[in-house]
Amino acid sequence: MRPFTYERAPDALSAVKAVAENPGAKFLAGGTNLLDLMKLDIERPTHLVDVGRLPFAGVEEVNGGLRIGGAMVNSKLAAHPRVRELYPVLVRALVSGASGQLRNKATTAGNLLQRTRCAYFYDTTKPCNKRQPGSGCSALEGVHGAHDAIFGASKACIATHPSDMAVALTALGASVETLTPTGASRTLAVQDLHRLPGETPHVETDLAPGELITAVLVPPPPEGGQVYRKVRGRASYAHGIASVAVAGGRVALGAVAHKPWRAAHIEDALSSGASPAEAAEAELSKADRNDHNALKITLVGRLAAAAIEESKTRRVA
Amino acid sequence: MSSVKDWAAPNPITENRGGLIGKGVERYEGRLKVTGSAPYAYEVEAPSRPAIGYMATASIAKGRITRIDTTAAEASPGVLLVWTHLNVPAQAPRGTRANPRSQRPSNPALAGDRIENFGQTVAFVVADTFENARAAANLIEIEYAAEQGVVDFVASFDQADQPPGEEDVHIGDFPAAFAAAPVTVDETYESPVQNHVQMEPCATTAWWDGDKVTVHTSIQMVKGGQHALAETLAIPSDHVHLLTRYIGGGFGGKGQAYDDLILSALAARALGQPVKLAYTRQQMFHGTIHRPAVSMRVRLGAQPDGRLTAFAVEAITHCARNAIFTEHAANFSRNLYAAPNRLTGHRLVKMDLPGAGPMRAPGEAPGMLSLECAMDELAEKLGLDPIELRIRNEPDVDPETGKPFSVRQLVQCMRDGATRFGWERRNPKPGQVRDGRWLVGMGMAAAIRGNFLLPAKAGVRIDADGTITLRQGMTDIGTGTYTILAQITAETMGVPMEQVKVEMGDSNFPPAPGSGGQFGAATAGSAAYEAGMNLRKALTALAVGDPNSPLYGGPAEYVTFENGNIAIENRSETLAALVARAAPDGVYVEGSISPAADARDYSQHTYGAHFAEVGVDTVTGEVRMRKMFGVFAAGRILNAKTARSQITGGMIWGVGTALTESNVVDARYGSFINQDMAGYLVPAHADIVDLDAIFLDEADDKANPMGIKGVGELGICGAGAAVANAIYNATGVRLRDYPMTPEKVLEGMLAVGL
Ligand SMILES: Cc1cc2nc3c(=O)[nH]c(=O)nc-3n(C[C@H](O)[C@H](O)[C@H](O)COP(=O)(O)OP(=O)(O)OC[C@H]3O[C@@H](n4cnc5c(N)ncnc54)[C@H](O)[C@@H]3O)c2cc1C
Ligand code: SF4
Repeated sequence: MRPFTYERAPDALSAVKAVAENPGAKFLAGGTNLLDLMKLDIERPTHLVDVGRLPFAGVEEVNGGLRIGGAMVNSKLAAHPRVRELYPVLVRALVSGASGQLRNKATTAGNLLQRTRCAYFYDTTKPCNKRQPGSGCSALEGVHGAHDAIFGASKACIATHPSDMAVALTALGASVETLTPTGASRTLAVQDLHRLPGETPHVETDLAPGELITAVLVPPPPEGGQVYRKVRGRASYAHGIASVAVAGGRVALGAVAHKPWRAAHIEDALSSGASPAEAAEAELSKADRNDHNALKITLVGRLAAAAIEESKTRRVA
Repeated sequence: MSSVKDWAAPNPITENRGGLIGKGVERYEGRLKVTGSAPYAYEVEAPSRPAIGYMATASIAKGRITRIDTTAAEASPGVLLVWTHLNVPAQAPRGTRANPRSQRPSNPALAGDRIENFGQTVAFVVADTFENARAAANLIEIEYAAEQGVVDFVASFDQADQPPGEEDVHIGDFPAAFAAAPVTVDETYESPVQNHVQMEPCATTAWWDGDKVTVHTSIQMVKGGQHALAETLAIPSDHVHLLTRYIGGGFGGKGQAYDDLILSALAARALGQPVKLAYTRQQMFHGTIHRPAVSMRVRLGAQPDGRLTAFAVEAITHCARNAIFTEHAANFSRNLYAAPNRLTGHRLVKMDLPGAGPMRAPGEAPGMLSLECAMDELAEKLGLDPIELRIRNEPDVDPETGKPFSVRQLVQCMRDGATRFGWERRNPKPGQVRDGRWLVGMGMAAAIRGNFLLPAKAGVRIDADGTITLRQGMTDIGTGTYTILAQITAETMGVPMEQVKVEMGDSNFPPAPGSGGQFGAATAGSAAYEAGMNLRKALTALAVGDPNSPLYGGPAEYVTFENGNIAIENRSETLAALVARAAPDGVYVEGSISPAADARDYSQHTYGAHFAEVGVDTVTGEVRMRKMFGVFAAGRILNAKTARSQITGGMIWGVGTALTESNVVDARYGSFINQDMAGYLVPAHADIVDLDAIFLDEADDKANPMGIKGVGELGICGAGAAVANAIYNATGVRLRDYPMTPEKVLEGMLAVGL
């Protein structure tokens, strides 16, 4: 960890300004990801602006949907009665992530913006384009197959986005509401928040420097059942090898790409009457197949088909 | 030297009049630990505020440091000292043993420009705060001339050699018997590199007083640490006062001194102030030892009735080029099943990886993952129940040496376990039992682990208030040693637990070998028992010789110790009264234990049987435990609670072994992929559902005077194999490559059309 300065932002706009005006500054929320990365010398901010105590920590009803504060912690969100009622897929995704202690600190915005768990990103002795642009990608010929991307990867980076919550939000068609340095607010779909790696895997989102996520807007729940399933090495406290969120006819996949992956081909196939297995095949046949990932592609396909099947037996209250 | 005959006579422990032996007494230091007030090595209060160290580590696996620039680090805020191989104070060359009685030779840090493994310490910073030390360490610039090392185990089998000083064991004619056997199994099982991931990383706080150094460190062996530090610093060992009072897990990984001990002592001397240093979680993976990968070929030849005629277990494993260690994965098989024609042995590849070394049940833990699955495979080929197959191969005497068993209840463990677990529910045909999306299966495995007794001493004193204090240079690595020593002392002296204090983990105390090889309780406990017996003698002499004692002039052989009293029939007084009057300064005696020469005439082991029920997700290949049960026979049990906790802890580790735990070397870099506990997966609470264990009644009078044996390692032995066999029973997928991750299970399921 390098020396840094710290301030607690009095309000959202001053937080935004403080970060926008200082290229070394970053927002700090729960700190469960950022502080770890700072300790490992992976993130090196010179200034932290604490937004964890800004008053964005509640849930409001908006047009039949919910507006979730960016600073709301994951455990409270998962326990919220309206969230449990309307969005079981989101609750399942939240509680399948990290551990109880971490969920008590981790925030909605921080969760969306958490960085990859690629093992080479974490080992600062190894080349990694995301950590050190231009240094190369160790994972490409590495040994960490289970967590590698199967969609939208590039030669520069094959890492996946590790959030569970974001996968459910993508399936639900949620969007983020932000405050920009000009003081204007804008919304963008969660599925458009993150970028594919391309040549610049270190640029992970379309947010401007200093742009603050103030809330997540979740539209009213779609018709149909909701399911979240996550495959992982142990029964809890492990990042997914793959996950799938189903909300009615909408489907998103997790741990398969540099962003939560909206499975548009699955949705199209389903709406034109395909079986779950056929729909899954429609998506997975488009995966970036290589020598190492055939098994993961098969796994994701089976998982997606099973979750879609299961969603037919689920009803939202 | 004592004889096992001396141990057969009744004694206070075997008579257990106070009822303390076997009782589930609460942990002696439990309250301190759960309230966070047990000071671990990094938390002890030093005479003044300690400076904090941080190590910088090598980013290559093999080669040489060509340039190292510490200018920026030295100028960094709060920095007190920066050392590299160029300016570290003089230390004895590696392997020096100036004092021939030293249990460990010197182990210098920053000893030169050579890099022998990834993660080796290459620089050391001390600063006023941890953050400043770490920030400065990150500013050190290092250039290397890298060399190609041997880092790919499987690709290096052609370099495997016989371990130094070892021969394969041939009995009968294995090749001929195997060729002639009507039913055979010939399979190879792979166990990966595993890490100890103790909760507490290695850590030391050190300070000097004149030419004497005090170190609080986290180490399993008190004398080993003291001697290693003394040899490295080239000072007499009595100038090193080593304390290790609380240890947050060892598992074999803290059997030796690491750089934290050496560097904190050197820096405290150089700075004239206390210094403390801990490994980070990430540094633990390369900076300390690991369990090496093992490739095990098992060949079994049997008659149609199941009797084994040919039996071979051969293991290939690896160790660091300059730290020879053999994971003896075949040894356990020498004592387990009868078979007239046998072959067992090991091959070792020297590699440019961090040191391989002991980890909970070295040998058995990976070794039993092979044979206990091969027996399952053989049972299926023969159409026999796996328990029945094992019973048909139960030997009357040790199958390799022909020695009698001291006691062996393996068959009882299996039979009792089968009943309690409900083994009859198992469908022997795999892949038959469905529960929703899960396929359900059951597996079992035998457990065996050697029992050992090493030489040890203990001191015990009684003070005028009646308090009895046991002192021993022993360690408690979280196993319950404090507690069982208190029980042994209280029972021997016939006093309540509250009257006993236990002090240990101090190099000034009478030495015991420490914690390892599940010899701790038997070894340290027997010395404590002997010390107690000597104190009884001393107090008896005091009482019968004191005209003011009600026991005065009585026959010493009729003296009893019970309820805090010393008595001859109805003449009695409290121990406190006796000591306060007749020896107001207290009485101190020592006792010692050494192995009995004739104990070697017996084959002596602990045994068990594991039963596991798993569910396998038919969609994803994820394996989840449903139930696990074990029955064990391990001599007299000292404490029902701590023994169960040790055994079930081992079983849980077995679950990790079977399902999640592994580290993989990236051969391009010679480093492990997993360097934290988000990547190196040990079982979490949710992985362990319904798990229990019981002990059979047993006492082994060939083991030691108390008839007890070790339980610390037995629980892991065979546990993973029971899980693997359950996966097979559930799915019909036979995996031989641990751990059985969802990807591997799914691949297997696809292959059998699931
Ligand atoms: C061991 C471990 C296991 C885990 N397992 C899982 C898992 O299985 N599934 C899962 O989904 N997650 C998992 N996580 C990740 C966890 O969910 C994240 O660490 C957490 O969600 C981050 O939230 P935070 O509030 O602590 O973010 P912080 O660490 O405070 O911040 C993360 C990033 O978000 C930025 N940021 C924070 N708030 C805002 C804002 N309002 N606007 C703009 N930018 C902002 C910060 O600048 C920083 O870059 C795990 C974490 C750990 C440590
Ligand atoms: S996959 Fe991405 S994060 Fe991982 S090493 Fe390559 S560039 Fe870095």
